[in-house]
Order: sequence, then structure tokens, then C-alpha cells
Amino acid sequence: MDSPLLPHGVKRCSTWAFFFWTLPWLALLAWGGLSAFLCLWKGLNQTNMSNVFAFALWIVFDLAVIALGAGAFFTGFLTYIIGKKELKNIISTAVIIGFICYSGAMAMLGIDIGQPIRGWFIFWHANIHSMLVEVSFCITCYLMVLAIEFIPIILENRKLEEIKELRIFGHNLHEIMAVFAATGTFLSFFHQGSLGGMFGVMYARPFAAREGFYIWPWTFFLFVLSAIACGPCFTILCTKLTEFFTRKKLVPDSAIQLLAKISAWLISLYMVLKIADYLGWMYGVVPRAGLTFESFFREGPYGVYLVVCEMIFCGILPAIILMVPKARQNQGWLIIACLLNCIGIVLNRFLFIIVTLAIPVMPFDRFWGYLPTWQEWGIGLAVVGYGFLLFSAAYRYLPIFPKERELNPITE
Amino acid sequence: MKKGNDHGKHKYGMVINIDKCTGCGTCMVACAAENNVAVRADQSDKERTITWMRLYKISNGKEFPHTEVSYFPRPCMHCDHHPPCVSVCVATATKLDFNTGIVSQIYTRCIGCRYCQAACPYGARYFNWWDAFPQDKGMDRYLTPEVSPRMRGVVEKCTFCHHRLMRAKTLAYTEDRRELEEGEYVTACTEACPAQAITFGDLSNPEHKVSKLIKHPFTFRLLERIGTEPKVYYHSSRDWVRKLGDNFLPGEYTPVVNQSWAEEEWSTKPGRDEF
Repeated sequence: MDSPLLPHGVKRCSTWAFFFWTLPWLALLAWGGLSAFLCLWKGLNQTNMSNVFAFALWIVFDLAVIALGAGAFFTGFLTYIIGKKELKNIISTAVIIGFICYSGAMAMLGIDIGQPIRGWFIFWHANIHSMLVEVSFCITCYLMVLAIEFIPIILENRKLEEIKELRIFGHNLHEIMAVFAATGTFLSFFHQGSLGGMFGVMYARPFAAREGFYIWPWTFFLFVLSAIACGPCFTILCTKLTEFFTRKKLVPDSAIQLLAKISAWLISLYMVLKIADYLGWMYGVVPRAGLTFESFFREGPYGVYLVVCEMIFCGILPAIILMVPKARQNQGWLIIACLLNCIGIVLNRFLFIIVTLAIPVMPFDRFWGYLPTWQEWGIGLAVVGYGFLLFSAAYRYLPIFPKERELNPITE
Repeated sequence: MKKGNDHGKHKYGMVINIDKCTGCGTCMVACAAENNVAVRADQSDKERTITWMRLYKISNGKEFPHTEVSYFPRPCMHCDHHPPCVSVCVATATKLDFNTGIVSQIYTRCIGCRYCQAACPYGARYFNWWDAFPQDKGMDRYLTPEVSPRMRGVVEKCTFCHHRLMRAKTLAYTEDRRELEEGEYVTACTEACPAQAITFGDLSNPEHKVSKLIKHPFTFRLLERIGTEPKVYYHSSRDWVRKLGDNFLPGEYTPVVNQSWAEEEWSTKPGRDEF
């Protein structure tokens, strides 16, 4: 039915099969749509957020998807600025994943604020001292950059390519992509950093507070580093998932292995710095506030096991697996390591958001716990549904894997 | 934000005598009524109700008959040094007024991102999870005309009854005065406390009682070592109460009563009972 739209020389499933594939993701979107409607209509009382958990599931989702989407800017940087030619085979995928993550996060943030209609106040009445202002400016600008990076990929569609003007426009955009890659790198560096800075500057919350360099707490640099360490892993995971569902090899091993190797070095460096950060915090910020590391985990559901998981199982372990060439060349180990790396980053963001707020600062206050409502899950999972839908559509209608034809010749 | 803010002449603050506080809750009620604080049919969900002034019950943790109970009334601390909520606000909806020391909140500018709530260690900021007042119950007739009610989706907090300061200033101007007398401007909680546990005034005016009270060795602030420099002070003669005002590592807390200078300075001088 939609065969004129499909790329040349590649095999795609039937329209009906594709339609049925989209159903679960459409269901997630419908769930999210209903939740969003309720939250906008009735207010944020539809959630289990409270004056204690002012930030909750959506902010965890936001920070997690933004970190995971860092593959876009970092792969762009490696491809266009550093000149790693192998990565041209995966750059389109990385850009689309980045676009999904950032646009999803922006949509979620729009519902998360109590007065969505006043969202523009962030830009109009901007408080330049606020890290969140830096986050908002950079994310908004970067989303535009991602959209610009996405356009030439869309224009590669078979039908659109037939239109001469669009073809020339797309081609010219491709030519100047290095400029956007550089802009994206600059913007991403600052918003990934300021997302970390947001928590590090909360000096009255000793669990999150960090010392730092000039106006930037250490979390600023650690968030950038952790994002560029896990972003490529998430890109690898998405590619592997697409290969699994399509039962095809889509990206040459050289590109995957290069990303995995770069990720290995970055996560290793991140782990060294993160350990130093934990130690500096444990012997600096924490005792100065009259507290000990154990005092943060005295009660409540969020125990020290979260830190152990973050650092050992989802930090040091994937770093070792990715560092050993034999291990990362093994498909199973590579996927496990990428998965652990991504989980580690989500855990890190969870600790900075939920656990920070669950721990009372006043000695006579209590520890708190939090469980999201179905509306919160609905909106969070809608981003997942949206991601699957957009990526599936992109795979079906656009030649996002340049080597697909070469790796999967059609023999009839 | 620069260190050592160049304050104007006034720096309003309060001293709450915990030894006098009975935990009756009148301050909470007076505050809510005065400031049009939203109420719900069920106020038991303490994670989401709004209580600008909140009472925390504390205990010395000992078994009967040595058990002691006390209360921490907790308004906004109006932090004087780099208030954690001010610098984080995205839309400049909250500000430290250097002429009064009051940390304000502009409800119509707040976008409801709640970053300020996350940054405040005192839990003094509240979000409007619901529409403030039922439209059809006639509750608007009970509203204070000087205080704007808040809309759903914005953060609010104690303002040290800022409208009372405006009222007192207006009155003074009409009488051709440029300065307020002590007691002309006090908060609703100060006025309502039946035990007179709250003293309110200008901390930078040496004539005001608060500026003397804050020098007393029994006076302390909440989470002082974090460095927010609250303008709400507490006063208690009991060590276990003072110790609960901050976090201390083992051996860090030094009881005040053991300091001989305190005994000399404060225990033997006439007029000690004033404190």
C-alpha cells in the first residue's frame, strides 16, 4: 500500500504488519494523552507529587532521556568535527534518537510545570543565576538544531527526493551539517552540564550539593561526562534492537565497535572522577553539614544499595566489559554492558532527584517515599511509545542505515 | 549574587521562644486566615496541604518519666545569605528585598516548576495542587482584601505578612513619619500567639527587642551551619531542643550551659528573666 514511499532496494514488512506493530505504541500514546489531558485540565493533583517530592517521575524520565539522547550530539561531534568516517553509518540513527529524546522531554516538561501557559516566562523573565534557565535555553535551541539535522534525513525519502528543490535543499543542508554539529555540541555541553549543575548548586540539600570550579559544581562536569559515556551505548542498544526486530544487520561492526570503544574510555574516566567526587563529598560537604554518609540512608525505601548498584554493577562492571576488546566484540557482552551503562545513568539521575528530596535536612523531619500514579506513568511511557513510533516510521520510510542495502542484498 | 548584601536600613526577623510555645497551633490558624491560605475539605494529607506556618512536634526521645515534648513553629526563614530558593527560580518570581530582608514571591510570575521547593531545606514552600477556593461556597467573603489569593499551579510561602508592612508604612506616611515604631508592624502569628512566644521586629535596629534576643546564647537558628543565615531565630534553655536545630556529628555539639561566660553574662545579670 505504501510501497512508493519505501526506500529503494531494501526489504520492509507489509503495511498491515507495520500497522499492527504500531498498535501497542499508539496505545501508550493514548494512555499518555489521557493522562496529559487530566493533568492539564484538573491540575497536578492527578500525580503523586507533593511538596516533598516537588520533582518526581517526570523529571527522572526527563534527565534520563536527555542523558541517553546525548548520543546525537556526541556522535555528530565525532563524525563531523573529529572526522570519524565510520560513524556516518550510524549518525542518522543517533540524530533521530536524540530528536525523540529531546522532543519527548520538552513535551513532558510542558505538563510538569504548574502553569504551562506561562512557560515563556522562562525566556522573558529569565533569571540568569538559575541553572534551570540555562537548561531551558540550551534545550530549546538544541531541539531546533536537532530538527534542522533531522530535515535532510526526512528529505531522503524516496517520494520527497523526487522534488528537485527539496533534494537540493537537503543536499545543501548536508553539506553544512558540521556547523550544526558544532552548535549542537556547544549547546548540549551546556545543558547536560547545567542539568547536573541544577542539583549541585542546591547547597542547602547536602545530599545533592557539591563543591566545584568557579560557578559550576562538579556535578556540571560529571553530568556531561556521564551523558557522553552512555549516549553512544544507548545508540548501540537502539541499533541492536532494530536489528533484532528486523532480523537484519544494519550497521557495520566497525561503527558499533568504535562507539563502544569510545564509550569504554569515557565511562572509565567517568568512574574515576565519580569515585573522587563521592569521596570529596563524603569527606567535605557531608561532614560540614554535620552529617555522615550513613545518615542519608537511615530509613526509607532508598537504601545504600542504590549507590552500590550505580557505582559497581552499573558503572565499574560495564566499564571493564567495554574496555576488554574480546568482551565488547561479543554481542551478548556488548549488549549487557550497554544496558548496564544506561541503567547506571538512570540510577544516577534517580539518586540526584528522588533520593535528594526523600532525605530530610531538618533533624526532626522524617524520611519520605513516593510512588507515581497511573497518570504519571502514562505520560512517562508515552515518550517511550512516541519514540518507538517515530523511530519505526523513520526506519520504514527513510534510508537511515546507509549500509543496509549493502549488508542485506535482496536476492530474488 | 554578591557576598555581604548591602542591606537597607531594615532587616525584619523573628525570635520564637520554644520554651513558651505550647503547640496550640493558633499561629498556624492566624497565618492561614490572614494570608488567604487555601484549605481543602480533607487537610490530613500533610504532603500536599499548605501551611505557611507549620508546627513540628519534637521529643527528647527519652522514656517516661523523662520524656519531654516541644514544638518548632516553622515559617519561611527568609534566609539572608544567598537564599536557596531565590537563585534557582527560573522566572525571577522570588526575590530577597534588601530594604526589608523579606523573601517575596510573585504569584503571577511563578510558572510552577517547583525548583525552589526542591532547593529549600526547610520545606517552607508550598505548591497549589488544587484550585485555591471552591467557587460556589461563598468562601471568598472570608478573604483578606490585602492579600491576593493564589491560583492553581504556583508556589507560595510565608511573606512575613508583607501587606501589614505596607499598611503600617502607609499609616506612618499619613502621619508624616518615615520610620516605623517597634510593634507597628508585626506578623499575624506574632500577634495571635497566646503565649507570646513570638517576638517580631527589625534585627538591624539595636533598639528592637529581637536584636537583643538574638545575642542571647540560648538563641539559635535552624540548620545554621548550611549557611543560609535565616532571619527566624529560636530560643530555648533546653539543650536537647537546641541540638535538634541542626545536624551535628558525634562530639560536635557543645552545650551552652557549660560555658562559664554564658553564666556570667546572662545568668547573673539583673533583667535575665526578660529573656
